[in-house]
Amino acid sequence: MNVPDHLKYTESHEWIDGSEVVTVGISDHAQEELTDVVYLELPEIGRTVKKGEAIAVIESVKAANDIYAPVSGEIVEINEPLGEAPEPVNNDPFGDGWMFKIKTSNASEIDELLNADAYRQLIS
Amino acid sequence: MKTTPLAALHESLGARMLPFAGWEMPIQYQGIVAEHKAVRESVGIFDISHMGQFYASGNSVADWLNSLLTNDTGKLGDGEGQYTLLLNEKGGVIDDMIIYRISADEFFLVVNAARIDEDWAWFQKHCPADITLRNESDHFAGVAVQGPKAKAAWKAVFPDCDLPEKNGILEKDDWVVCRTGYTGEDGFEFFSPADQIETWFQNFLDAGAQPCGLGARDSLRLEKCFPLNGSDLNESNTPLEAGLGFFVKLDKGCDFTGSDVLQKQKSKGLKQKLVALKATGKGPPPRGGYDIALPGGEIIGQLTSGGQSPVLACGIGMAYVPIELADLGTEIEVVVRDRRYPLEVVKKPFV
Repeated sequence: MNVPDHLKYTESHEWIDGSEVVTVGISDHAQEELTDVVYLELPEIGRTVKKGEAIAVIESVKAANDIYAPVSGEIVEINEPLGEAPEPVNNDPFGDGWMFKIKTSNASEIDELLNADAYRQLIS
Repeated sequence: MKTTPLAALHESLGARMLPFAGWEMPIQYQGIVAEHKAVRESVGIFDISHMGQFYASGNSVADWLNSLLTNDTGKLGDGEGQYTLLLNEKGGVIDDMIIYRISADEFFLVVNAARIDEDWAWFQKHCPADITLRNESDHFAGVAVQGPKAKAAWKAVFPDCDLPEKNGILEKDDWVVCRTGYTGEDGFEFFSPADQIETWFQNFLDAGAQPCGLGARDSLRLEKCFPLNGSDLNESNTPLEAGLGFFVKLDKGCDFTGSDVLQKQKSKGLKQKLVALKATGKGPPPRGGYDIALPGGEIIGQLTSGGQSPVLACGIGMAYVPIELADLGTEIEVVVRDRRYPLEVVKKPFV
């Protein structure tokens, strides 16, 4: 299972990259659990989000699942092509499968996230 | 929660287990889409140990079953089977099942896991003194081997024994094989004593069958518009409304439970019908339970089944709609998280 060291993670399996503006996706473990992702509903740019809020929906053949804001802030960018073709979420979860970027309003929330070791423990 | 005798094998194959009909069952191994395609293109194997099996015997057993079930047992010769439905007095569906004539005085019934207790209670309650019933659901475990290469897998395991014809049954030693399934592909359901099923499952794996979970079983049957009892079939809708008139023999020479209701419904005309709905644009998979609505208008019901078709790569579903909305090409919307997406009534099956 791929768990890149330089990323932070949540208990709900999002990964977070960066500090002021953070990029968010779902982990390799999460995409494998979901398998066959067929649809993705991303938040609107400009939306203010609160840490822990359900802001996106990912649908596999099996079921619909929420994706949560790992930190509070404002959505400043979304990975629009995923709305048409979500396959990169399965094929490249830490690369082309990124989902949205949040301009953080409370940088200290990032420190509360799991580091790679803690996340490895969570999913082991 | 009941455990299938294949639980340890499922775990070693990397299955994800979830509760289904009171059983802990494998939902998927490698992934629903891959498993789905294996069955459409090659051969897959499903654990169906949760399904129920009854034997009914007695001189008048064919007539007795005719008084309880919609299809006509008179059409069956020895070793032949038929799809049929058990109805309540209102013509609603208690269960759908396949029954096989072993001989003129013995039948084998394969029923849905979620309905074993209701079916058994119903049959017992209506059982006359000269009919003997046996519930062998705990004794038997089973596998379904399905796909265009199912016959080859059978031959690899049983080189000296031929599969029965389509819908037929063969009882041998202490196992039973039926040439049926729930995927729309050629294949068979194989039942053996629970303590032997792991060996048989392994044999069919060795013969090339890919392990498949209930997730693929559901997407496969939905593409073929095979109804799921408890969803597409229920105790308020009749089999005529479900589009299963072919399996309802009102002219078989005797009444059966619910036949008076169906007769009336047939002469007056149906008010609603179970239709196949296909997404016309990009959108989230339409799932069972989601509201459906007139375009831009009122909610008219719910999807009874739905999901993403792995073969068509688009959303499909089924729902009961008023008869005036049942024509092919009728536009209907599905409501997903307060947004609406267009569907269209299409011909059954989807694939």
